[in-house]
This record gives sequence, structure tokens and C-alpha cells, in this order.
Amino acid sequence: MSARAIQRPQPSPTGDEDLTQLRNADARRGRLVRGVMLAVALVYISALLVAPLAGVVLYALRSGLGTIGRTFGQSDVHHAFLLTFMIMAITVAVTTVFGVVVALVLARDRFPGKRFVSALVDLPLAVSPVVVGLMAVLLFGRGGWFEPFFAARGIQIMFALPAMILVTIFISIPFVIREVVPVLQELGMEEEQAAWTLGASRVQTFFRVTLRNIRWGLLYGIALSAARAIGEVGAVLIVSGAITGRTETATLYILRAFDQYQDQEGYIVALTLAAFSIVLLVGIETFKRRRTGEGD
Amino acid sequence: MTGSIEIQGLTKSFGGFRAVDDVSFVAEDGKITALLGPSGSGKSTALRMIAGLERPDAGRITIAGEDQTKTSVQERRVGFVFQHYALFRHMTVQQNVEFGLRVRKEDATKRRARVLELLELVHMAPFAERYPGQLSGGQRQRVALARALAPQPKVLLLDEPFGALDAKVRHDLRRWLDELHRELGVTSLLVTHDQEEALELANTIVVMHEGRVEQVGSPADVYDSPATPFVAGFVGSANVLHGSVVEGHIHLGSFRLPGASHLEEGANATAFVRPHDIRVAGGDGDVQAVIERLASLGWLTRVTLRLDGGETLVAHVPNEELHGVAEGDRIGVDLRNPKAFLAPEHDADPDEVTPGSAPVLRGATGPVD
Repeated sequence: MSARAIQRPQPSPTGDEDLTQLRNADARRGRLVRGVMLAVALVYISALLVAPLAGVVLYALRSGLGTIGRTFGQSDVHHAFLLTFMIMAITVAVTTVFGVVVALVLARDRFPGKRFVSALVDLPLAVSPVVVGLMAVLLFGRGGWFEPFFAARGIQIMFALPAMILVTIFISIPFVIREVVPVLQELGMEEEQAAWTLGASRVQTFFRVTLRNIRWGLLYGIALSAARAIGEVGAVLIVSGAITGRTETATLYILRAFDQYQDQEGYIVALTLAAFSIVLLVGIETFKRRRTGEGD
Repeated sequence: MTGSIEIQGLTKSFGGFRAVDDVSFVAEDGKITALLGPSGSGKSTALRMIAGLERPDAGRITIAGEDQTKTSVQERRVGFVFQHYALFRHMTVQQNVEFGLRVRKEDATKRRARVLELLELVHMAPFAERYPGQLSGGQRQRVALARALAPQPKVLLLDEPFGALDAKVRHDLRRWLDELHRELGVTSLLVTHDQEEALELANTIVVMHEGRVEQVGSPADVYDSPATPFVAGFVGSANVLHGSVVEGHIHLGSFRLPGASHLEEGANATAFVRPHDIRVAGGDGDVQAVIERLASLGWLTRVTLRLDGGETLVAHVPNEELHGVAEGDRIGVDLRNPKAFLAPEHDADPDEVTPGSAPVLRGATGPVD
């Protein structure tokens, strides 16, 4: 068949001038609606996101350089940050590697129960972190299913780093998967198949083609995962025991600071965590825009 | 360098559906072979099995004399061109073409020389630093072809390579591919649903329908001597007429057509007559008809004819042979080269011409489309 398009003349219900007037009216109405929506969006975002953030920033900075210096001088705070970033690093590594594997399986394979698995991936978003902590207690706490196994080998899970990492990973599972699956689905498999026909092995194809194509989605997933990991408090609170200088993360430090009426220290640590997450997300967004502008 | 592709008894099912059913053919060394069929005829699946992208359930694939039925896609060293180009979007044109050489660990200087040579060949050298997103469809497909050819494949497999392009680019690229093939002589297997493309490019056409091979032959064989009613209807367009066999002719009520001597006396038969095999004869002719409609196709006119028996036929007549006839005129008509087949056993084909029905032309395209 020829690709010739059939041009059907559009009978216009009105004369040309009427039509122009109607269009202008339409455009005016369009502008009004757009203006209202823009206002709603801005008010919503500023009231719920910007205002609290500004509050934290102002309050933290008002306490003065001396307090800031003193806060970061505390060994508790050092340890809390160290612990938080260690948990974040391990969480990100695990959720990235396994997240990509799961995303590849979900996007590419068909198997019975796929929908169920796909829904399961979102579970951590639906379950309260406190419940996640309690589930960990059920499994690893005294009398838990796996407790005898680890206790017999002298491995401490609860109230120690392993349980804190486990619950943080659990909570951060969805982000990489949710960002990467739609990218993979949209890409299809043709580029990968082309690479195979050109002699590239599966591993070469993954690193040279697939990974390159999913990199922005993946990086964004990693950033969300990292932000989630450093912000986690509920589950970690339950499984860590929040032992100062040992199992106290930055968020747990903030909780304790407020408990002990050390609001300023709390705000300063909170601001640091928030700043880190924001820089991470904005940084990736900017980097992506700059890079994608040049080619693909 | 290059070699033939031999396919024997290739079969593949998806679930309960037989996509490819006992397909055998040979794509000769240095020639272009077309796998022609409507969508869903299994031609792409067959091609993907030859490339190693799908596993056959049964059958044998021999490429350049080596049994490749069970080898991996990487081992087969075939060039594959996809309908939607499948260029690596994050690589430049040059990096795309270089990819196959890079993963095979070719020496860097050799690589660069080969890439340059190929970019010249496909006239894309000025675009070496562009990304696929900055190229037109035709340019992308030329890059895809260069990329497929770069590792010097034994055979080239093309899956509807022009299917995503608009008509003008498709025609240009087809002619260009023809020239390129004459220059390189690499054995090529082309999947297409466009009979015009197959007729123009291929040395051999394999017509496929519902997973099976209907006919293998030269373009002339397939067009002039279709082996099955499907081929007669699919390759080129045709008027379909039904009648019964009497003394080697097909009787169609008011008239009869020759060419049925190979059919059993009294059998139900179907005759296919190409629109350009119908001639407006003036006063006398095989059969009398009334001109229902004249529509200009440029240098041809499409003439819709109603026969005395009620059947409607479509004829393509060069304008200068019309001799000023007009709609409503009663004229004599000659029907040449009818292709007669036994009518299928099953119930009436929905496409068949019954008295008083609208004209039916089977086949995807007429000669001027």
C-alpha cells in the first residue's frame, strides 16, 4: 500500500472570522485555567515542601557558628553520621545490583506470578517502617525464626549493624526497580539483540548497551534509594536499640536531641541530612539535563 | 567470504500457534532472496531463527556450509538489520559502526579504516559524529546497514528494512540497496510484506503464508506462474472469479476462460486475472461489459467493469488504449492470462466475486501504487 495520506477537508461549522474569535476565547480560557493551576501548584509545593525546609534552614543557621561547630565536634554526632553513611552505602550497593536484576526480570521475562512479584516490590512503600522493624524482630529477635541459627554461630543481628542494614535495604528496595523497569520496557530489546548479532556477549551487551541506556533512570533510583536510606528512622529505631555511640544513626541522634531539649543540635544534623539528599537529587537532575542535551 | 543459507524443515510454535511450519528453502550464495508474506505469515520468525535470536523447535539451519542450528547468535556471524534500525542511541554514528569490531577486539587502526570505508560506502561519512536521534529514518537505516556489514558477516539478514520509512525514501533506499548489493555481493535474505520490493530486489522469492512456504521461485515465476491461489492473489493484484471446469475452460455463466486443462472436468475452479491483463477491446471481445466507473491513476486508468453475468472486474488500462470510452458505455473486454486453480474445499472465501458484489482486487498493491 502506498503511504499516501488521504486529506479529508474539514468542513468548518462557522466562517473563518467566527472561528478566529472562538479560538481566541478558547486561548483566553486556556490561559486562565493554566494560571489557576500554576498558582495552586506553587502554593501547594511552597506550603508543604519549601516552608518546612526553610524553617529547618533558618532555625539551624540562627543557632550560630559556635553551636554548629560544637555539634559537629561531638563524637556521638561523628559516629552517627559515619553509621548513617555506611548503612546508606551498603544499602545502595545491594539495592542497585539486585534492583537491576529484578528490573531486568520484570521487564523482560514472562513467568507465572509476575504480577504478584511486581506488586510485592512496592510492599515496602505500603508498609509502615515501624512494622518493618517489628517483622525483623519476629525473624531475628529472641525466639525468632532465624535467631537460633545466628545465635549458635555467635553472630549478633538484632541491636547491631546487620539488622539496621537489613531493614534499611528492605525499605529502599522499590526505588531502583521502579525507576528502571519503565525505562527498560520503553527501550525494548532490539538494541541488545543488535549487539548480540554484532558478536557482543551478554556481559558486553549489558555494560556497553543496556547499562548506558538505563543510566539516568538507574542513577535517579540510586539517589532516591540513598535519600531513603539516610532518612530512615522507624524501622531502624526498633531494631537498633538506639545505643548512643554504637547503634545510633543520624536520624536517631535527631530524635534523641529533641527528647533531651537539644533542639539546635537536632536541627543542625537534620539540615545536614536534608541538604545531602537535596544536593543528590538536584545534582543528578542537572547533570542529566546537561548530558542529554548534547546527544541522545 | 560469503555463503549460502540452507533451511530444512524449520518449525517453531508459540504456545499452540505454529508460527513457522516445516519451512525449507535455499538462499543462494551472493544473491538476494526475499521472504515475502503478509504479517503473521512467519517470515520474521524464520529470519530470527536463522540469526539465532529464536530457537527452532525442529529443522536445520546451514550457513556457508556449516550447521548453525544450535550455535549462539554471536557465533553465527550474521549481519542483521532491524525494521526500527536498533541503533545504539547513546553512541555516535561512528561508534555504532565500530561496535562490532570493538567487541571482537579488532586492532584500533584496522577498526578506524574499516569504519571510514563503510561510512563512505553508505554515504554517511559527513555524519560520523552525529547521534542517531539527529538523523532521518533513511540515514539511520543506512548507518544500521553499515554497522551490520562492518564485521564482514557471512550473510546479511534484513527484517523489513524499509518498513518504517515513507514511500519516497523507501523507493530511493531500495534502489540504493540494489546497487550496494551488486557491489558487495553478500548473500542477503530480506523479509518483506511488500511484493513490489520483493519483485524489484530479489533473485529468488520465497512466498510464505500461515507459517508455510507457498512457492519458491524467481520473481517472474512467482508473478506469472503462481503455484497456489494465495500466491496469485498476494503477489500482484488480481480479480478473482469462480466457475466450473468444462473441457479445459472455466465456465463463468456468460463466458468462459481458457487455461484450466490441468483441472479435472466438472470441478469448481477459481480464476485470477490481473487488472493489466484485461483489455478494452472495442466492439467485440471475450465478453461484453458496461463501464461502471473510470478513475485516473496517472498514466493508467482504473476501469470498473460490470459483466453481463453480474460480476464486477477491475482493469488497469493505459490511457491511450481507452479510445475515449465513457462511464455507462457498453464495450467488449478481453481477459488474458487467467490463472486457474481448484476452488478451496471450505466455504466461500469472503473475498470472492459474486454476481452484483463490489469489485474485489486481491493483493496488497496495484502496479501504480
